[in-house]
Amino acid sequence: MKKSLIITLALIMVLSLAGCGKTDSADKKSEGVMTYAEYVAAAMDSEVVVETYVQAKQSWWDNKATVYTQDKDGAYFLYNMACSEEDYAKLTPGTKIKVTGYKSEWSGEVEIVDATFEIEDGNFVAAAMDATSLLGTDDLIKHQNEFVTFKGLTVEPADESGAAFLYNWDGSGSQGDDLYFNVSLNGQIYSFTVESYLCDSSTEVYKVVEGLQVGDTIDAEGFLYWYEGANPHITSVTVK
Amino acid sequence: MRKLSAKLCLLLLFVLMLPCLTACHGSRSMDAFVIPEQFDTNRTYELTFWAKNDTNKTQTEIYKKAIADFEKAYPNIKINLRLYTDYSRIYNDVITNIATGTTPNICITYPDHIATYLTGNQVVVPLDELMTDSRYGLGGSELRFDSPTRDEIVPQFLNECSFAEHTYALPYMRSTECCYVNKTYVEALGYTLPEQLTWDFIWEVSEAAMAKDAAGNYLVNGQKVMIPFIYKSTDNMMIQALRQQDAGYSTEDGEILIFNDTTKDFLYTIAEHAKTGAFSTFKISSYPANFLNAGQCIFAIDSTAGSTWMGSHAPLCDIASEALVEFETQVMMLPQFDPANPQMISQGPSVCIFNKTDSQEVLASWLFMQYLLSNEVQIAYAQTEGYVPVTTKAQADPAYQDYLSRAGEDNSLYYDIKIEASKLLLNHAADTFVTPVFNGSASLREASGQMIENVTKSVKRKETVDDAYMEKLFRDMNSLYRLDQRTHTSPDEEELGPLPTLSVVLLSVLALTWLGILLYVTKEAINKRKTQHNDH
Repeated sequence: MKKSLIITLALIMVLSLAGCGKTDSADKKSEGVMTYAEYVAAAMDSEVVVETYVQAKQSWWDNKATVYTQDKDGAYFLYNMACSEEDYAKLTPGTKIKVTGYKSEWSGEVEIVDATFEIEDGNFVAAAMDATSLLGTDDLIKHQNEFVTFKGLTVEPADESGAAFLYNWDGSGSQGDDLYFNVSLNGQIYSFTVESYLCDSSTEVYKVVEGLQVGDTIDAEGFLYWYEGANPHITSVTVK
Repeated sequence: MRKLSAKLCLLLLFVLMLPCLTACHGSRSMDAFVIPEQFDTNRTYELTFWAKNDTNKTQTEIYKKAIADFEKAYPNIKINLRLYTDYSRIYNDVITNIATGTTPNICITYPDHIATYLTGNQVVVPLDELMTDSRYGLGGSELRFDSPTRDEIVPQFLNECSFAEHTYALPYMRSTECCYVNKTYVEALGYTLPEQLTWDFIWEVSEAAMAKDAAGNYLVNGQKVMIPFIYKSTDNMMIQALRQQDAGYSTEDGEILIFNDTTKDFLYTIAEHAKTGAFSTFKISSYPANFLNAGQCIFAIDSTAGSTWMGSHAPLCDIASEALVEFETQVMMLPQFDPANPQMISQGPSVCIFNKTDSQEVLASWLFMQYLLSNEVQIAYAQTEGYVPVTTKAQADPAYQDYLSRAGEDNSLYYDIKIEASKLLLNHAADTFVTPVFNGSASLREASGQMIENVTKSVKRKETVDDAYMEKLFRDMNSLYRLDQRTHTSPDEEELGPLPTLSVVLLSVLALTWLGILLYVTKEAINKRKTQHNDH
């Protein structure tokens, strides 16, 4: 009986170690690959090599893919990365990729452009980081492009007409275009976007936002994109 | 019985052959549109209109009002509006829908794009006969609205829609490019704006603006960021620079001339100023307006149709109010190599109609298309941005003249920068040009801008830009945009690529059928000869 117990405990321990090992290997960078800190420190327009994990895909066109990626330390937005349609299908959430490209900035959004990639072994899907308390602070930008959540927000009018959301930033669009909606927290108003390439009109989040009412209390998840300031690309909204 | 069998066999072969003939031609073509005798108002029509707006709510409302007013005049026609904010997305969607036979009825587009649509037979309706039809044509007797006559469309703008021996579109709005200048900073740097900008002046002032203090702030604005010269459309930048120097771009029938020494010299100049940080592009840095309004740019070149975003008091703005800087904005013609002979591009949306099997549906589309040129639509839409109406009738309308005379009365409808931009085009319409339109001209346009983007990025990345680089760049552009695979032919003669497998199979069956007929006829002839020979 004792022997059985010891063997069982030993097996559990080995399996636990194996499980831990998987997480560790996901964080370990290969030779010649930058850590997230090194990426942040790299100069604009310099070549960067990172290992990261696909979190979501925005679009593919003309052999170019735009992808939200993240490792355990931070996020990397890959804009128009060279990618065949066949490879694009392989970029499922969690897929590990090694990316070589150039660090660039466009209206405040730091991204990797003119990149190529190769798929590697490994898998990691980031949990949403609660950034509610960072809204409106200078620290929010440190989490640029990360998968984040904001809780307990109040839906505010999106324009003078009192609409809860707009198709395009000024209401010039129609169903299928980006959705823009305003939320408030502690008296400050923030603009959120449902990016139509990332979440089109058939997605749950698009439909939920189309059904929002001013005054609703919501939790929202998404990627902390930047355009002349924080411009989260929302992927999930829960009405309280 | 034997003779009957032979005849039956022959008949069977012909029956087999007929579908082959149909299949060979039917899959790609549609019958040419013929104007119906009379527009059938007893029927109802549901049309799709794909329109482009500049992410501008007023423009969207004008489209909706135009549709509502048109539907009042023609209660049997319903227009479904689909809005786009990007020409390239319309282009991609049209290409996809040509293949499935689901093109819209009416579509805002560019002539370069129509040239590609023409690769399919009878896809876009030629407008030559429609325009001159006495009943339903421009200014026609049967129209239920006040349409412009053909002579009232600015001839230059209408000519831009004519290629491959037909008119395939009507101009809808016209704009050009201009330079929005931070005059305050130019003067702070010790310069005076000339009457007309030259490239040399812009490069010189831009380099002067790169001076910094010991803390790394630019002297001219006291900020950490300054890109003195930002160009929105690098396609236009290259096209206009070449035109101004009378250098090669393409011939009318599509021969590619862009890979020349003038292009190379211009790219070297760009490289020199991109290296110092004095020049950048929209694709690399962001919208020129965002930098201009933040006091981080001195020369912002963009469309006149982007004028409502330009200036300290612009009605439309993407940057935070606390980032706005107060300065005087001057709207100027884009820089010239030869100021005595200015050249600037003519651009702006045109509208075309797609062919359908129902000619009445096409006629209904044509009626709506014409309505877009009525004064009500033209004047209202032109006032949303630095556009100009495409008809002299609208341009001369007292309501439009009144609008032009009230520049600066407010920062919305009468925003001075916007009206100055429109006036720039109205005063220099004769100095505008367009590039030749052919199947592949859209790719050539992309390549022309991409060379500037590549050179700018390369010097920022500290790569060497020399003759070897240029040779490789030209080769890469040729290959990437398939410019070296073009034959200079009319659209009707354009290479359609390899035949689909089904067509190959059907053509093989056809060939085998003819071979069978030939063998049978030969065999019959031999048998007949033998019989005749034996009879003798």
